[in-house]
Amino acid sequence: MGSEVISVCGRGIPLMGNDIDTDRIIPARFLRCVTFDGLGEYAFADDRAALSEHPFNQPRFQGAKILVVNRNFGCGSSREHAPQAIAKWGIQALVGESFAEIFFGNCVAIGVPCVVADADCVKQLQEILTNNPEVEMTVDLESMQVECGDFSGAISMNPGARNMFVSGTWDACGQLVARTEEIKATAMKLPYLSWSR
Amino acid sequence: MSKGTLFDKVWDLHTVGTLASGQTQLLIGLHLIHEVTSPQAFAMLRERGLKVMFPQRTVATVDHIVPTTNQKRPFADTLAEEMMSALEQNCQENGIKFYNIGSGNQGIVHVIAPEQGLTQPGMTIACGDSHTSTHGAFGAIAFGIGTSQVRDVLASQTLALSKLKVRKIEVNGILKPGVYAKDVILHIIRTLGVKGGVGYAYEFAGSTFENMTMEERMTVCNMSIEGGARCGYVNPDQVTYEYLKDRDFAPKAADWEQAVSWWESIRSDADAEYDDVVSFNAADIPPTVTWGITPGQGIGVDQQIPTLEQLPEDDRFVAEEAYQYMDMAPGQAIEGIKVDICFIGSCTNGRISDLREAAKIAQGRQVAAGIQAFVVPGSERVKKQAEAEGLDKIFQEAGFEWREAGCSMCLAMNPDKLQGRQISASSSNRNFKGRQGSASGRTLLMSPAMVAAAAVKGQVFDVRELV
Repeated sequence: MGSEVISVCGRGIPLMGNDIDTDRIIPARFLRCVTFDGLGEYAFADDRAALSEHPFNQPRFQGAKILVVNRNFGCGSSREHAPQAIAKWGIQALVGESFAEIFFGNCVAIGVPCVVADADCVKQLQEILTNNPEVEMTVDLESMQVECGDFSGAISMNPGARNMFVSGTWDACGQLVARTEEIKATAMKLPYLSWSR
Repeated sequence: MSKGTLFDKVWDLHTVGTLASGQTQLLIGLHLIHEVTSPQAFAMLRERGLKVMFPQRTVATVDHIVPTTNQKRPFADTLAEEMMSALEQNCQENGIKFYNIGSGNQGIVHVIAPEQGLTQPGMTIACGDSHTSTHGAFGAIAFGIGTSQVRDVLASQTLALSKLKVRKIEVNGILKPGVYAKDVILHIIRTLGVKGGVGYAYEFAGSTFENMTMEERMTVCNMSIEGGARCGYVNPDQVTYEYLKDRDFAPKAADWEQAVSWWESIRSDADAEYDDVVSFNAADIPPTVTWGITPGQGIGVDQQIPTLEQLPEDDRFVAEEAYQYMDMAPGQAIEGIKVDICFIGSCTNGRISDLREAAKIAQGRQVAAGIQAFVVPGSERVKKQAEAEGLDKIFQEAGFEWREAGCSMCLAMNPDKLQGRQISASSSNRNFKGRQGSASGRTLLMSPAMVAAAAVKGQVFDVRELV
């Protein structure tokens, strides 16, 4: 399962703000479900209702594939509903100053790369997109560059996660299950699995 | 790179191998599941024709969506009922132990696993819930995961992970009266920031943590994630062993001695190396209250909401957002701010010792006019114990409502919600915009004793004047 994610190209959408948490990305009431289907329309539901000019409301950003965010994006709960909602809205990659850890891991698990750029680069990207939403962006995991029209900047990513994207192994499940014997051998070494209770 | 810490030892012991990506395949000793983040994981397993590899290493309960008043099935909320049914069916089909409502063992997943002795030192523990860090109080490496990772654990009992760095957070000294474990962690987060812990496991060390009970340590580790650290832990010691002994799933008979000696061996070495060390003085920590929209926006109860000039430049953007959302002004005192709802409960502060501390404040006093105050025990066992001690009577006589166990208004997935712009004094863990069920609702995080004080005074009040 999974396919190589080497680069993502498309239009971008800027979302300004630090510490945007997963409750804001997908409010808890939308977690009352047993599938992830249909979550896309509820991405940032309350923020969008409170702010009519929220980027996700603006027609000019519809169809964007790359979300550009600031510091500590996705902090808070472990709900995979958050990256699922963003992905189902249409986002295929995120560029940000930093990402919360569980959110980042959830994005890896669903094949959506989150790459880090420095604050100046993010600011420039957000300005370019705000002024010209039609410009084409590319997030390239081989060259580790982000391009946005004539602008380009360096990006970084945890090497393990990057390898998973470029080699198409971001869906780890199959690889993990394949090592049944090693898993059992490791379990045998754990004293607590054999204690009486 | 860290060396000789509990984190290193437990990580190494549970390492199955290195994946092609360079990540570690890590064995998970205990997997906990609940109704919100597991149904899609089971669906993915079915899609791929995979089975649960070690069903006896997964334990389930229901907590987020359960009503705390009328728990009769089917639930009035049909979506909640659907989630509940899915969990029951998934557990039954896969041979997974499920602590259902009315079993006497149901409750918030991070309350029931410790109280039954499922959580033990040296384990790796995962759950589709960010507050899994709670279990680190026992010297376990415990962290929250998403649903695709729940699928991975169900299918393989392992996860693909990159190793974390280890930061030792030392707090030494005695906490002043009216200052609790909750204040310690709010103070740490306020100082190190909500993203300060990204990439780190937090080791909580020093005499302040050594002097804490297990329930206090759980409160601290619970909120590691609010400081950005996916897991936090305390080295196991005599306090840990005394708490665990004779609990349902604790090792018994001859295995007990063997267990204690193994637990001692996994403690961080005296000469362990850390990636970072930060120190605090317990005496400097005041009762702490959040004023803003992140758990890092906390201040001492006798302090004023910071002005932009007082904040590092990096924190100003979110501070401006917070002034506006909370309708609070820079320079304004936090004490005296009127509240509408007082909530005591959650995986942070819904254990018996939390209820005891709150009851001490409530006893002989009355909830102020116009305030709704309610207590939600963390589990059915906590509820039963509290009732045996008469805490329910103390709360009810003071005008608090006494509810059934669950997550309740911590995240408001059940019917317990703020309305409109209401302000809550809450013993929970997150003050995010809209967190407690109203898109414009406001949350002030504080210790359970401070919540009880707010309830009887109708406003944020310094509990030190009541203890």
